[in-house]
Amino acid sequence: MNVEKNITGSELVVNVSGRVDTVTAPEFESQVKNSLEGINNLRLDFSGLDYISSAGLRVILSLQKIMNKQGKMVICNVNETVQDVLEVTGFSEILTIE
Amino acid sequence: MKNKEIIVDADISNINIVTSLVNDFLESGGCPVKTTMKIDIVIDEIFGNICNYAYGNQGGKAEIIVAVDEDANFVELTFKDCGIKFDPLEHKVPDVSLSAEEREIGGLGIFIVEKIMDKISYEYSNGQNVLCVAKRW
Repeated sequence: MNVEKNITGSELVVNVSGRVDTVTAPEFESQVKNSLEGINNLRLDFSGLDYISSAGLRVILSLQKIMNKQGKMVICNVNETVQDVLEVTGFSEILTIE
Repeated sequence: MKNKEIIVDADISNINIVTSLVNDFLESGGCPVKTTMKIDIVIDEIFGNICNYAYGNQGGKAEIIVAVDEDANFVELTFKDCGIKFDPLEHKVPDVSLSAEEREIGGLGIFIVEKIMDKISYEYSNGQNVLCVAKRW
């Protein structure tokens, strides 16, 4: 997994690539949470993401809860495998996916 | 149908070895990448559970058998451990219609596995938890 962060004013764009799974999810979580202060627009770019498991979904849900309080969160460029997981878990209903 | 058996310590640090052995085997059996990715998610959920919960602090082995039938477009994965008896299919089904605020964090792994595979079964035999999943592509 690789995480790249770009901050422009109050917007944070996170490009995550590879796999967000049991092993990598904690690192993904701390990488993003460490940069959320003063952010009201969080954009998670999944164009390089191969797949996500429940460990990754827990992080996404936790980020969504934080951003509900301080702004908005958008997920973009989701591949078919990730989209399937988001749909069957109902996550596609509670997240903003572009 | 051909198969491969992998036996490792039930330690999460082995997940990359397991995933890569299974992926190589599936590739050699003609399994499409999209299906392989779903299998990788299953490994993360099930092997992850075995590593985290099956043996408490004692440690133990996990056995993974992967079988593929290129003619029938069929893949099957069996996970075995000798840890605490646990039927994951008896879990409480998470309410996936709740809002982000109402959702509990966790409890989704086995639910995802059930949804992305065609078939899932569990049995406890000879002191082993045996969980089997299968999918056609």
